[in-house]
Amino acid sequence: MKWFISHETIKSPFLKTLERDCAEKISHCYQCGKCSAGCPISYKMDYLPNQIIRMVQLGMEEQVLSSKMIWFCTSCLTCTSRCPREIDIAEIMDYLRRRAYRKQMTPLAETEVPLFNKIFLRNIESNGRLYEFGLIGMFNLLSGELFKDVSLAPRMFLKRKIGLLPHRVNNLSEVKEIFRKSGKLGKAKRDRLLHPKLIFLNLSRKLIERIENLK
Amino acid sequence: MKYAYYPGCSLHSTAKEYDISTKAVANALGIELLEIPEWICCGATPAHITMHLLSLALPVKNLIKAQEMGSYEVVTCCAACFSRLKIANQIMCKDEEHREKVEKIVGHPYKGGVKVRHFLDVLVNVFGLKNLKDHVSKQLTGLKVACYYGCLLTRPPEVTGLDDLEEPHLMDDLMSTIGAEPVQWPYKTECCGASFSLTKTDIVLKLSADILQMASDEGAQAIVVACPLCQSNLDLRQPMINKKYKKNFNIPVLYFTQLVGLSLGIDRNKLGLDKHIVNPLPLFEKVPV
Repeated sequence: MKWFISHETIKSPFLKTLERDCAEKISHCYQCGKCSAGCPISYKMDYLPNQIIRMVQLGMEEQVLSSKMIWFCTSCLTCTSRCPREIDIAEIMDYLRRRAYRKQMTPLAETEVPLFNKIFLRNIESNGRLYEFGLIGMFNLLSGELFKDVSLAPRMFLKRKIGLLPHRVNNLSEVKEIFRKSGKLGKAKRDRLLHPKLIFLNLSRKLIERIENLK
Repeated sequence: MKYAYYPGCSLHSTAKEYDISTKAVANALGIELLEIPEWICCGATPAHITMHLLSLALPVKNLIKAQEMGSYEVVTCCAACFSRLKIANQIMCKDEEHREKVEKIVGHPYKGGVKVRHFLDVLVNVFGLKNLKDHVSKQLTGLKVACYYGCLLTRPPEVTGLDDLEEPHLMDDLMSTIGAEPVQWPYKTECCGASFSLTKTDIVLKLSADILQMASDEGAQAIVVACPLCQSNLDLRQPMINKKYKKNFNIPVLYFTQLVGLSLGIDRNKLGLDKHIVNPLPLFEKVPV
């Protein structure tokens, strides 16, 4: 992999903004690679965790935010707990994901995770507690994989592990208030489920893939 | 012993047996668990990926509710809830800037006064293994188990402060106490894929297959877990793993509370053993319980 890094990129405020917002000293990283060695998903990633950190140090905001890697992090915290420079790498991944989503830089192939997150939070906002059946149904519908895991459903119902109806809490207005205020204070957009453009593009991508498979 | 009990969403749906068995064990040992009235979801992983403040405000709201019950310690069984509640609590203790914002959101002052514990911690460190041993009526002799801790029970160590980071032993000690034989295996704290269960199922299948393979290589007859998400990934997805990787795994994945319950002589039907996908009952035909 070769990049030409311009003077402006290195001088960009990306690193400083990130260090201020996360209160993490990313410039302390000396590239030992322990995070990547322990990462359970490193086999799937386009860049390894230590590479992402280096790219952040070099101010390569565009490449970092549009990478697939940040959406592969499971938040297992192995990197965070092993880092010899005490950098909370998992927290940085969270930050990068939030930023990538806000700037609409999520790569098309990685829309599932933000879509799931939005549906999950909307689900809690309207019920107070998680309503699994609604979550799975909505996610399958909007991600275009309608029959995913359907084979598991009968057993789940028979064993009464999943209910058809939500369990709402009584003080829903309180929950809604928390969502509203945190959105306002954190300056996070939460009005839309997911950029409709992104859902549409993702669904068409899957349809085209399916047609190509048929050929 | 009285605790405020925060079950979390999973324990009311996909992990009902965890909830049932926890209550049964607590009841038998005289530990009183008072469910926090009108508790709400802690936000889990989606909240801290999407909105940082929300991921603090939701757990804090629950902690405030617990405080209003009369300043009990909060006990939770889900490893993810445990992690979220603990992290939020610590930030409220130490980080003034965030505390101010979160207090504004939940509309109530909170300085991190409530202590959060995992039920495993309560059983081993508060109730005590010696004490427990006196209550054990049926030793699970001859049952080889692999204790699987997963990610969030031990990580990050400065927040959870529960056990050794790379080589935890709380559950192993507990299993030895009730007569089972914990196997030594290296995958105690590997990740099962956790929240990718619905979004990136192929990753979950691979990571869980690795864990099942290692457990079966070490001769474990069952895997013992303390997290509802680990359980559902390893148990519910086991048939899919077998199909995808052409394996023949048939390893029951049990909650530690179920095994402790069995050793205390609690009736099998009251521990939710019928709710697993991989049937654990043949296991206990070999081991007299």
